[in-house]
Amino acid sequence: MENDILEKEAAIIDALREEISGNYGNDRGCMIPILQRVQNALSYLPRDAIAMVAAHLGVPVSEVYGVATFYNQFRFNPPGRYPVKVCMGTACHVKGGDIILENFERRLEIKEGETTPDREFSIERVACVGCCALAPVALIGDEVHGHMAPSKVEGLFSRIQIQKEIEERKKNESGN
Amino acid sequence: MNPGTKENIAAQLERLREEAFRRQDQLRRSPLPKIHIGLATCGIAAGALETKAAFEQTLAERNIEAHVHTVGCLGHCYAEPVVIIEHPESGFPPIFYHEVSPGKAKMLTKMFIEGGDPRFEHVYGATEVNDMIPSVMDFSRFNLEKRVIMDKCGKIDPDDIYEYIAEGGYTALAKALQKPRRQIVEEIKASGLRGRGGAGFPTGVKWEMALEAAHDEKIVICNADEGDPGAYMDRTLLESNPHQVLEGLMICALAVGAQEALFYVRAEYPLAVKTLGRAIQQAQELNLLGEGILGSAFDLKVEIFEGSGAFVCGEETGLIQSVEGYRGMPRHRPPYPVQKGLNDRPTVINNVKTLALVPPIVTRGSAWFRGIGTEGSPGTAVFSVVGDVVHAGLVEIPMGVTLRTLIFDICGGIPNQKGFKAVQIGGPSGGCLPESFLDTPIDFDSLTEAGAMMGSGGMVVMDEDTCVVNVSRYFLDFTQKESCGKCTFCRIGTRHMLRILDRLTCGTALEDDLDLLSKLAKEIKAGSLCGLGKTAPNPVLTSLKYFRDEYEAHLTEGRCPGMMCRPLTAFYIDLDACARGCDACAIVCPTDAIFTTSTRKKGIDQSLCVKCAECVVACPPEYDAVRKVSPASLAPIIERPDKPVSEDDEDAATGGTPPEPGEGGA
Ligand SMILES: Cc1cc2nc3c(=O)[nH]c(=O)nc-3n(C[C@H](O)[C@H](O)[C@H](O)COP(=O)(O)O)c2cc1C
Ligand code: SF4
Ligand code: SF4
Ligand code: FES
Ligand code: FES
Repeated sequence: MENDILEKEAAIIDALREEISGNYGNDRGCMIPILQRVQNALSYLPRDAIAMVAAHLGVPVSEVYGVATFYNQFRFNPPGRYPVKVCMGTACHVKGGDIILENFERRLEIKEGETTPDREFSIERVACVGCCALAPVALIGDEVHGHMAPSKVEGLFSRIQIQKEIEERKKNESGN
Repeated sequence: MNPGTKENIAAQLERLREEAFRRQDQLRRSPLPKIHIGLATCGIAAGALETKAAFEQTLAERNIEAHVHTVGCLGHCYAEPVVIIEHPESGFPPIFYHEVSPGKAKMLTKMFIEGGDPRFEHVYGATEVNDMIPSVMDFSRFNLEKRVIMDKCGKIDPDDIYEYIAEGGYTALAKALQKPRRQIVEEIKASGLRGRGGAGFPTGVKWEMALEAAHDEKIVICNADEGDPGAYMDRTLLESNPHQVLEGLMICALAVGAQEALFYVRAEYPLAVKTLGRAIQQAQELNLLGEGILGSAFDLKVEIFEGSGAFVCGEETGLIQSVEGYRGMPRHRPPYPVQKGLNDRPTVINNVKTLALVPPIVTRGSAWFRGIGTEGSPGTAVFSVVGDVVHAGLVEIPMGVTLRTLIFDICGGIPNQKGFKAVQIGGPSGGCLPESFLDTPIDFDSLTEAGAMMGSGGMVVMDEDTCVVNVSRYFLDFTQKESCGKCTFCRIGTRHMLRILDRLTCGTALEDDLDLLSKLAKEIKAGSLCGLGKTAPNPVLTSLKYFRDEYEAHLTEGRCPGMMCRPLTAFYIDLDACARGCDACAIVCPTDAIFTTSTRKKGIDQSLCVKCAECVVACPPEYDAVRKVSPASLAPIIERPDKPVSEDDEDAATGGTPPEPGEGGA
């Protein structure tokens, strides 16, 4: 399983190397757009991808890490299949967003910024997602859940569970 | 410029306008019903896509023909998803519906669009004055606003350039193209326009400096970084009417003699990036961008740079560093970006709202603009009002309106009969003002004088149940994390301040912590290079000044007057009110902190409780037995019985006859 994922990643990085040397210049100003492109393809910035970008730009790997770690957008561990994002904007904070965050952390036994070992879930905090009137807000993937309460957390997980089972079943059916 | 080109410019614009009017008329004259749905990020978050799908599906199922028209956002967050239905045949004026769920959408399609009954109980108001339905313009949330920046937001489809042109779009550009550069700059100077990005620097003066800079490759940048965690007006504007901002940026480039322009938009705003990209492309297709714009000699190339989410990159020199591919660390000014900016080229940086104000000023003249707002701060300001207000959302007001009018008249005041405590203005750089400042007029200078600042335009209203220490800590936590680390005072000073606030909100503060806090605050302000460090202590300084008693309550009594600081509060169950055998609270408690006492009532294990207040919500209103107190020591200690109450007993309790008091005590 683990190896599968890594192999897939390596293949994507190879494809990206081609694409980037074709489409992007190698001046310094291209660094951030390139990193964004890479993260877009891989959902995070693995070591090998950073090394590839450094080679393309002709700068040390540490330089690329230096820039990438400065910005909140870039992440260095893979997000889960169901990324949980808890809004920590001002309105959500006032309405107890931190309590919601803690609930996800407790339920998934990981901390904010981490991914579960099976890569199913990850938790991150995000700035205002734009529906403060629904505060506190959490997202699972792109789906917004407003007026969050600890008791709703459990409900969300059961929904995901059901969704997963449906997907599994579909997969099995089409497989047969 | 020879007169030949002038006529050419006017003629080219006229052709575009004719086409735009033709399209507009086609829609306007159509007898079919029109359903306008707001599809900006905010609307989508509230479920507008599902609502749209429900309309479309029901229309298809019932074979009804209607136009589903997607628009941007009107700024009425409290009412999202918002839908406006025009149904000329029904005889009713266009109607504004709020909180339109998919179910409501289905119902309205059947009852109103098909059946002609607007369902008065769901109507929010008509959008035109008429004698059948009260107009929304009778509501103060609508009529006390003055929209210039957001004038067309929520009315036009942001993805269709012709809708903007039909509303008078790009006439300002055509007008500017027929004028000498200097005259455009003079017009902006005369208007008294001040930058809406926070500092309020006179825009005309900035443009003049750039115009006078001798350089062949000037560049103009629209700052759409919007880093304040509680502000979202720039995003909404870009998603709802990108062309007004683009037109402003084009006029800016024209006026200062730049041939390149850049939008710096946060990557966290994917929809804004997409909408803007399409707007640029459409403008290119109509020769409003590119070479020889509208037949003139003006060329302009516009690109988008996606900012990677660092608050400090909103600061102009930090922004430049990040576009150049470095860590976004601000540098010393002077030289100012207008002298030496991106890659050492003269660079004008303006906020989204500043640029959106430019086309109306050029079209209607500086005197008109000066007629709005105050002497020192002409024009309007947009705020995102969130927190404890009834009608939260984006509000555009003329400068000079008081905080009281904004919060109580326009936004409907504080919900749930609670009292007002404070309003935080300007986000992480701003300040916290108490009730005595409610009559302060909103303009750059008055707010700064009061200790807050216009800042980004984020406004958080707090009711009596909010802790100002906690909210100040929140902002400081934010700036501390976002400090770029260049200046020692900003990097380490904010961390020390945060530690003190942590102690205060946990009840472990030391005696001279408050003095230390204000001392550190002053030193950080003095010892920081950029606006981030210079303003980071503001939320704490102002709240310390106006709410010192709350800080002292935390310090000396371990009491949080707003009951928000979790370590200083406790929940307990009032045994006199608790119903024997009711399990409502225990079921919802996420940490199993609630146990059954020997009398089959409930108790809370304080060592497990995380103070989520779920039990308060769950406790049936007829018992209402859960209490919250601060300091935490006020909660009576209820021992958890060694032996859990047995299953049989529990059955007896919930089952039929209530047991005698004292029975379970054995
Ligand atoms: C820490 C910090 C963050 C800032 N963030 C923003 C921002 O998100 N958007 C913005 O327009 N200006 C921001 N500014 C102000 C800019 O430095 C600059 O003054 C502004 O973009 C100039 O445009 P204006 O004259 O139109 O206001 C920020 C300043 C500081 C110090
Ligand atoms: S004040 Fe803070 S954010 Fe600004 S340059 Fe200094 S360390 Fe960086
Ligand atoms: S406040 Fe939350 S954690 Fe504490 S007892 Fe009530 S439900 Fe349980
Ligand atoms: S603060 Fe959470 S949605 Fe705005
Ligand atoms: S509803 Fe659009 S900004 Fe709130």
